[in-house]
Amino acid sequence: MNHPVPTSFLTTLCLMVAASALALPALSARVSAQAPKEDAPSPGNAQSGKKIFMANGCYECHQSQAQGALTGPRLGPDPMPFTEFVKSIRQPRGDMPIYTSKVMSDADLADVYAFLKALPPPSKISWEKQ
Amino acid sequence: MPKKSLVDRRAFLKSAAVGATALAAEPLRAVGQPSEPLPQAAAPQMSQQVEAAQQAHVELMTTERPAADFMVDVLKSLGFEYLCANCGATFRALHESIINYGGNHSPEFVSCMHEEAAVAMAHGYSKIEGKPLLVMVHGTVGLQHAAMAIYNAYCDRVPVFIVTGNRADAETRRIGTVEWYHSVQDGGLLVRDFIKWDDSPGSCGHFAESAVRAYKIAMTPPFGPVLLVADSELQETPIDGLHFEIPKLTLPAPPQGDSGAISEAAQLLVMAENPVIVTDRLARTAQGMMRLIELAEALQAPVIDLRGRMNFPTRHALNQTDRRRSVIAGADVILGLEVADFFGVLNSMADRLERKSRSVIQPGTKLIQITVGDLFLKSNYQDFQRFQEVDVDIAADAEASLPSLIEAVKRLSNADRQRVFQERGARLAQAQQRSLERSRSDAAFGWDASPITTARLAYELWEQIKGEDWSLVSDDHYISSWPRRLWTFDKYYQYIGGSGAAGIGYGAPAALGAALANRKHGRLSVNIQSDGDLMFSPGILWTAAHHKIPMLSVMHNNRAYHQEVMHIQQMANRHNRGITRVGIGTKIDNPNIDFATLAKSMGVYGEGPISNPRELAPALRRAIAVVKGGEPALLDVVSEPR
Repeated sequence: MNHPVPTSFLTTLCLMVAASALALPALSARVSAQAPKEDAPSPGNAQSGKKIFMANGCYECHQSQAQGALTGPRLGPDPMPFTEFVKSIRQPRGDMPIYTSKVMSDADLADVYAFLKALPPPSKISWEKQ
Repeated sequence: MPKKSLVDRRAFLKSAAVGATALAAEPLRAVGQPSEPLPQAAAPQMSQQVEAAQQAHVELMTTERPAADFMVDVLKSLGFEYLCANCGATFRALHESIINYGGNHSPEFVSCMHEEAAVAMAHGYSKIEGKPLLVMVHGTVGLQHAAMAIYNAYCDRVPVFIVTGNRADAETRRIGTVEWYHSVQDGGLLVRDFIKWDDSPGSCGHFAESAVRAYKIAMTPPFGPVLLVADSELQETPIDGLHFEIPKLTLPAPPQGDSGAISEAAQLLVMAENPVIVTDRLARTAQGMMRLIELAEALQAPVIDLRGRMNFPTRHALNQTDRRRSVIAGADVILGLEVADFFGVLNSMADRLERKSRSVIQPGTKLIQITVGDLFLKSNYQDFQRFQEVDVDIAADAEASLPSLIEAVKRLSNADRQRVFQERGARLAQAQQRSLERSRSDAAFGWDASPITTARLAYELWEQIKGEDWSLVSDDHYISSWPRRLWTFDKYYQYIGGSGAAGIGYGAPAALGAALANRKHGRLSVNIQSDGDLMFSPGILWTAAHHKIPMLSVMHNNRAYHQEVMHIQQMANRHNRGITRVGIGTKIDNPNIDFATLAKSMGVYGEGPISNPRELAPALRRAIAVVKGGEPALLDVVSEPR
């Protein structure tokens, strides 16, 4: 049984652009275009993004440094292209729960994306030889 | 209300005691006719008639040979090392006989603070030792407490031998409310849906037969828990001068696969281009692991280990568990060995925006399964999982069937096929190495984060134990299976699998039961302990301290019932309400539990909470020193959710 996404992702974004999304011109334009050839850096705020990442429970499956676990893949510090990232949240597949714009705004997504990009690289660890 | 007369008692024993041979050897001491006269001072005004009538109803309970002693003889004959129990009056005579007549040795009484913990300890013990441990539970209320743990053992196909008390004869119940509350018509009814067998013996001979039968049933694959109701009145009945036989225990050889079906399976496996072996609860013994290695190497076939048992070494070149999805998708023949949920292996199911299952194997893939799963089933509880159609279905014990399968595979493997096998093995070895490197790479992200990542926790622990003779006595699923992905498991006792039915409260006591089994072998038992699980039976810490069971518990303290957090989050998002309130009823914070202090309060060495990953290694060294000294220790590590 298919459960449709409550509000169309594109419709939501377009409405937000029309209303007040001037703060996210790159995001809005990109998503409205539907099939962007490449992503521009998102203008989000990493500090805010970290708070949103925690408050919205992203860390529950992806962990607090977005390093991933068996419950959800690693998301940073080299995140997937932004449009894919947005799609994975608005129209998720597999076990990823849906986050509509009512729950996480487009601005929130941009901030989270900035947080993911700003994560530190992996540490160098001394492993035993096999 | 008159009490039972001597005649009643003799009839009770004589009529039901199979093998009673010495009724005439020595006169039964007169119960109600004391060897020495009763004091005569009391009630001088009583008439002779009344006094005589009253004395006829007096039952002298003193005896130096209660039936409970014989029951101990029976239990000793079955070789139980330990008895895990929380004391209860319905088995008071047995309790006393075990500690006095039995010398509190084989079995030794292990004091548990909850019946659920007692059964779970037996569960964990059996995973290491391969045989049942004895559990006693109080009538009604004790068995009710034990029920969930019994269900875990049942689903996990683990033998546990449970004795519960019950005073069936209402006339003998003590006046007052309690003993009536603790008595039932049918002592096994409560758990009959999820045990293999139960009985309520009516005599000593009957008890002996049923105890030996119960042990045999528990240890015949599929293994499972069994229950005996030891009637309280029978336990306390004098049996002076009586002799009862104890039947000889002979464990049956486990059922092996039909030779024709084994040949057919071997033919399919040998001729396959991409055969895959999936295993779950295969290895009942260390021999099972060795046989699986032999089969996999004979075919150079990948093994996907679902880890219901320690089935296959984690670093073996043919262990492709991390590549499960792609390996199964590419298979043309799949052999399932004691797989509890074969359908779940061959299909995926989304439960988010839509709920539907789809096959993950290619059309035409031949499916073989060897399992005892169909040899013993019950209807009510749905542990038998979704029905999976297969091409060759062998209803037999897989471990016992492997030798004939290996022999058939080797017989059919000509030089051409062996060349194919070797090429396949080389490819798989490379893939296994890449999997390991990927796991190590993944582990390095968030390395210095606080809360401590579960990968860092697993790494630091491994660094401290890899030179020891260690045994992981807990499931590693809840920390993203990092131990499986990063450690080298190559001995049977190094892993005990999961709970069976995911009944929370299993982890801590099962770990301690496994540690109890490991103690005599001098192994370093390591328990990665979930916080929510420990709070179901924190008294297990006292049991560990009291009985000096050495075990290192490292808390995976994520301060939540995290599986449920994710479920509520899913619902909240599906209902478009956001997740800001999903912590209600799922988080274990405000206040945070101080597990180190909890441990110390029960005599267990405790440290923590540890939030800084750099503090972990030194703390582990200190705690391991305590454990190597023969005591339990606990480190409270504040860690990531998964």
